[in-house]
Amino acid sequence: MSKLLHWVDERLPVIEAWNKHLGKYYAPKNFNIWYFFGSLAMLVLVNQLVTGIWLTMSYNPSAEGAFASVEYIMRDVEWGWLLRYLHSTGASAFFVVVYLHMFRGLMYGSYQKPRELIWIFGMLIYLVLMAEAFMGYLLPWGQMSYWGAQVIVNLFGAIPVIGEDLSLWIRGDYLISGITLNRFFALHVVALPIVLLGLVVLHILALHEVGSNNPDGIDIKKNKDENGVPKDGIPFHPYYTVHDLMGVGVFFFIFFIVVFFFPEGGGLFIEKPNFEPANPLKTPDHIAPVWYFTPFYAMLRAVTIDLFGLDAKFWGVVVMGAAIAILFVLPWLDKSPVRSMRYKGWLSRIALAIFAVSFVILGYLGLVPATEGRTMVAQILTVLYFLYFILMPFYTRMEKTKPVPERVTG
Amino acid sequence: MRKLIFGLFIAFLPALGLAAGPTVPLDSFESDHADKASLQRGAALFTNYCMGCHSMEYARYKRVSDDLDIPAELYEENLIFTGAKIGELMKNSMNKGMAADWFGAPPPDLTLETRLRGEAWVYSYLRGFYKDESRPLGVNNVVFPAVGMPHVMVGMQGLCAVEPNIGTPASVEPLSGNINNADVCPEYAIEGSMSGAEFDQAMYDLTNFMSYMGDPIKLERERLGIFVLIFVAIFFVFAYLLNREYWKDVH
Repeated sequence: MSKLLHWVDERLPVIEAWNKHLGKYYAPKNFNIWYFFGSLAMLVLVNQLVTGIWLTMSYNPSAEGAFASVEYIMRDVEWGWLLRYLHSTGASAFFVVVYLHMFRGLMYGSYQKPRELIWIFGMLIYLVLMAEAFMGYLLPWGQMSYWGAQVIVNLFGAIPVIGEDLSLWIRGDYLISGITLNRFFALHVVALPIVLLGLVVLHILALHEVGSNNPDGIDIKKNKDENGVPKDGIPFHPYYTVHDLMGVGVFFFIFFIVVFFFPEGGGLFIEKPNFEPANPLKTPDHIAPVWYFTPFYAMLRAVTIDLFGLDAKFWGVVVMGAAIAILFVLPWLDKSPVRSMRYKGWLSRIALAIFAVSFVILGYLGLVPATEGRTMVAQILTVLYFLYFILMPFYTRMEKTKPVPERVTG
Repeated sequence: MRKLIFGLFIAFLPALGLAAGPTVPLDSFESDHADKASLQRGAALFTNYCMGCHSMEYARYKRVSDDLDIPAELYEENLIFTGAKIGELMKNSMNKGMAADWFGAPPPDLTLETRLRGEAWVYSYLRGFYKDESRPLGVNNVVFPAVGMPHVMVGMQGLCAVEPNIGTPASVEPLSGNINNADVCPEYAIEGSMSGAEFDQAMYDLTNFMSYMGDPIKLERERLGIFVLIFVAIFFVFAYLLNREYWKDVH
């Protein structure tokens, strides 16, 4: 065995790679519960890839056959129901862990120098993930699949001059049709997963180059022992591999409760109208995107004013795009001398709390039909969402920070 | 156990009740896929009263026959009217184009009806017909106003002369001991062969069967789910102990 390893290692640096990324990758010893979600995102990604491959074996990507083939998977394919529920629940679980992972980054300043690239790769992953989820949602070809896609693709039509042609180009037809389904299928199962995997590799390579942040936001590489090992660092393997195994246990427990007992997630993970085949002639009473898009959908609907001779819908799209785009420049907005919320001032803490609450309430508002009162609340929350970023250079500089300790604090 | 899990789930997802549609009061319904007798009666009712117009084209006869313990020969003889083989999909012979002319819209496929509209909706709808001369077929429905479907079960239920009391469960008046709303229909224009309670039971069976058809794996899924959760719980204990062992030397 060791001979074989030696033989391979002479030709491919497997031992070096193992040490760089696991065996001698020193991670801070003070990771808390918020540090489980990165590895859990990887776990869900694997789940999506494996179940996705098997679903593809029985799925029929055509307007005539898609809906029936999903029911075929649910009823006639051995364990098809489990594959499908693992995949559909996995999609929602992916966003749950990714949102928590991102919130961790905001809390402990994981995007700050020198981790700007890690943050940007992460944001790109989030962007591709949204595209992946959106296109995957069309594939069951239910009513909500169809009309959700119709609404989202029509958004591109709000762009002046090129809009109509652009949405026509995306659909490949004047309305969502079989050709759209086929291209979304190709993108969902081939193109986007490849991009996603590439970005995940870049995200991790960049992370392992500069090292992990921690709840104290301290650079553990500043304090090394005589062997050049950070005093507050422990090898990722075995310490964090066994640690993450516990997280996997807790995650699976919750995940399987949904998969086996509430696979529709109360209409949030699989929306009720999706139990009816797509019908281009019948618009559902209430079109709501899946829960993980609703904060941005609420922002889109919140914009009701025409400006500079351009439609409110266009500005809604601009606001929605900006809400995601502004996250990319976050590393350059935070001017604080410290990373972690533990040592930032109360202004930063209040700003983050308001931001998080706004995001969650916007998510709720995007789920329910709009009323005048709700639209007004959504407008206020949209402004608060942006203020968190726009005012960040000021409040992070103004506030008094606490002294950061030399070594991590458990 | 189920209750506890459900409670936890509700606690985690407070936004659950949002998806409710238009607010027609409905009678509550709790399906029981373990009640094979009820499902068998429901299967008979569905085949005899519904399948002439409504298909269940995503499901196969064989699966129903296996799951509900109905022997294949009996099933083929009594519950397949189209000459289909038992392994085939549960289609019917109604021409969709002609059906649209007859009823205004072709009768929808009902395989997933309970998951689309909810079990309570289907149960209430089936008992919601009443006499309305202004409608082309002389009947209307409180749950689905201006529905194109005739009251197929008029022979069993009879025809209600006024709007039935859907969404107001039977209650006992504490002083007089009178039972209110024991029958959804307070006054019949045509008497049926069944009493109000018998018809409610029949519609329970039918809805229960439709609920099973919408989610035929439910019983097995929940049975397996318990074992999966037990396995994960045991896995967690070992993971916890392993973690504790390794982390002993981290200070």
